[in-house]
Amino acid sequence: MRLTQKLGSRITGRLSAHRRSRLAGPVVVLLALILTGGMFSLLAPASAEQKTADEDLVAKGRALFLVGCSSCHGKNGEGVPTEQGNQYGPSLVGVGAASVDFQVGTGRMPMAQPGTQALRKPPVYSEEETEALAAYVATLGPGPAVPAESETSTEDVDEEGVVEGGEFFRTNCTACHNFAGAGGALPRGRFAPSLDGVSNKHIYEAMLTGPQQMPVFSDEVLTPEDKRNIIAYLNEREESPKYGGFELGSLGPVTEGLAAWLVGMGALVGFAVWIAAHSTRSTKKKGGTA
Amino acid sequence: MSADTVARTNGKTAAKPEKPSKVGAAATWADDRLGLAGLAKKNLRKVFPDHWSFMLGEIALWSFVVLLLTGVFLTLWYRPSMAEVVYDGSYSPLRGLEMSEAYMSALHISFDIRGGLLMRQVHHWAAMIFIASMFVHMMRVYFTGAFRKPRELNWVIGCLLLILGTLEGFTGYSLPDDLLSGTGIRAADGFMKSIPVIGTYASFFLFGGEFPGDSIIPRLYTVHVLLIPGVLLALIAAHMLLLVYHKHTQWPGPGRTEGNVVGFPMLPVYAAKAGGFFFIVFGVLTLMGGIISINPVWAYGPYNPAEVTAGSQPDWYMGWPDGALRIMPGIESHFFGLTLSWNVLLPIIVLPGVMFTILLMLPFIESWITQDKRDHHLLQRPRNAPTRTATMVALMTFIGLLWAAGGNDIIAIKMNLSINQITYFIRAAVFIGPVIAFIITRRWCISLQRHDNEKLLHGYESGIIMRDAQGGYSERHLPLPLERAYTLTARDRDDIFVPQLTTDDNGVSSPTARKDKLRGRLSQLWYGDNVQAPTRAELDEAHHHAELEHAHEVAMSGHAADGHQFDGRAESVSDNQLSSR
Repeated sequence: MRLTQKLGSRITGRLSAHRRSRLAGPVVVLLALILTGGMFSLLAPASAEQKTADEDLVAKGRALFLVGCSSCHGKNGEGVPTEQGNQYGPSLVGVGAASVDFQVGTGRMPMAQPGTQALRKPPVYSEEETEALAAYVATLGPGPAVPAESETSTEDVDEEGVVEGGEFFRTNCTACHNFAGAGGALPRGRFAPSLDGVSNKHIYEAMLTGPQQMPVFSDEVLTPEDKRNIIAYLNEREESPKYGGFELGSLGPVTEGLAAWLVGMGALVGFAVWIAAHSTRSTKKKGGTA
Repeated sequence: MSADTVARTNGKTAAKPEKPSKVGAAATWADDRLGLAGLAKKNLRKVFPDHWSFMLGEIALWSFVVLLLTGVFLTLWYRPSMAEVVYDGSYSPLRGLEMSEAYMSALHISFDIRGGLLMRQVHHWAAMIFIASMFVHMMRVYFTGAFRKPRELNWVIGCLLLILGTLEGFTGYSLPDDLLSGTGIRAADGFMKSIPVIGTYASFFLFGGEFPGDSIIPRLYTVHVLLIPGVLLALIAAHMLLLVYHKHTQWPGPGRTEGNVVGFPMLPVYAAKAGGFFFIVFGVLTLMGGIISINPVWAYGPYNPAEVTAGSQPDWYMGWPDGALRIMPGIESHFFGLTLSWNVLLPIIVLPGVMFTILLMLPFIESWITQDKRDHHLLQRPRNAPTRTATMVALMTFIGLLWAAGGNDIIAIKMNLSINQITYFIRAAVFIGPVIAFIITRRWCISLQRHDNEKLLHGYESGIIMRDAQGGYSERHLPLPLERAYTLTARDRDDIFVPQLTTDDNGVSSPTARKDKLRGRLSQLWYGDNVQAPTRAELDEAHHHAELEHAHEVAMSGHAADGHQFDGRAESVSDNQLSSR
């Protein structure tokens, strides 16, 4: 016990004696480099080729970004403020790949023109290009990644999950998106868009990233399972038959009232005119004076 | 019967009555006990005039019948209960959810009762059409002056039917207890609570405690299937009895006077027409119920006070108070710790009350101004009462703009507009719009009156272009056919009320001087700009002039082209014909 203590103190003492040596700094740095390098080669999952592929993707994404996005979002995605202090294009640091995949994948980005809200349109970039852009933006800061297909698939959601998804949908979503996901108005020309024909992945990403007016429903608020249930409920509704017939856009009583007046009253007043025009005398004197 | 018509045959045997038929015997049996023959004889041959606009009220009547029929069907399965149950019916996306028994039975009717969804949808469409046709019928009655004496009380009954129909619709809207229904009841609770002093008491009384409680659905059900339908039925009966008693109004025309009704008898013509129209109304409503979705309760989900959906609107007839509510700026006052919500009270409690009172009073306001206390059975064309027509158009513009405001969110998303800008626009437009509509309609009517007079005095445009010796062109005008000319001139002259002297010979001032002055001013506004039908002298003068001109033209061309050879119209007004009526 004493011996080891003695030995230990002798080693530390010798090291301590050399700690001011001219070589001490470089040696420590060298040791640290060897350590981190060794640790990295041990722990990093990527092989050498994949690393180059990722780098290539990021480089490709950056090239695309500089051409298509930087005029609003800045050359490094830092955002462009306007003179009034508004955002011409917001900073993309930390928005994550999921955000890019949603905005670019649904055609919202790049915007056709500045406006209150980016509109959904056919995507401008191909899937590979979107992936490259997402990879580049993901390097700007940590953010949610694009969900894997297994995360957004609703195949294994059972009936109970659909019912629960409906409850979550009515509690969190219908206030803006309407009971049938047909969309609704928000202040100053903004709106919650229709959810018809939106892919599972994009709905999932929208909940995860909260694009534009939408709040973020993080995994703590709506667990991935809840998100899948909501998507399953929406799919169920979209696939179910139109039980009542033509749905008039599922917009509620306004379109129903319009139909009552235009179709119902239109037809019935038309019939009234028709009945009144057909009296007991079926033919009128030609050239009559009425 | 004159003497030469007594003996019609030379038969040698006396005429014998025919063998009595079984139907006749049954009819006699019933008549001996009920005395129906006299009533039936009179009423089955009752004459109704023929015009499409007289059938608008019939749409309301027949859709009410459809409402009764489908409503009875729905009551067989609907359960007016707010007890919480777990759904285990056919609609899987809601299976296992807790909901009220009322909502469950609505789902049950929709998915598990044969024909249930069709009946629900027909019932709902019929309700929409019921109130829409009452509105249209009311506008017809107003625009044509059919509300004038002796029909003012029937106008009042009609107005009561309209407001009761609206309330009936609202209670029905609330019964399925889906998310939209519940939002509506929630709103109604808020409206009630905005009434000063009694608001909260009224709400607690109606809901049996704090919202939502568990009594509102059963209570609304009683009101919906018993109270209001009973009153509606009674009022409809009174409305129609008065219609029979007053006789139907008719359009003026040759042979039509204030003292007769020209048309066809009830049996067989109107029995067939009205009966047929019932089947048409039933058919159109069933078709709509079959192919157009209305109030998909399963899509809304059960009511939960924590949830709401975008596009939460009332049915169309409540749309205009909802619109007023939507555009009202948020004004509140605080008195001694009490809050008075003007932003709810004014648009949804005060405004509908004021509008309904105006509607109810329209016939009385007009007859007070015009002092016209005569009976009227001949209708007026809307153009011949410009101020009245303009008043209704202004009211329609007001209601219409508020109605649009009620759908501001749907307009915003479907027309890519900003909901705020729509709101700002309508806030101004509800005040400016009716004024513009009033002025335009009034001037439009007066222009049409002028046009009528022009046709009477100078004839109609024949389309024949004449070229004179100098090379100038003019269009030949031909006199209107006699029947048409009669119809256009068959209207009363408008008498502007002139107030009497404010003091009599002894210098005593008239007790009604002020009222008379106001009435005189309003009467001037009401009638002052109207164009009166030409007098007989004016007509004579015009025709004399036309004949001279014609003779002149004939002399000039040496060729009598009066245009009749082109259009085949043989008849024309001649002076002695017109002046002889």
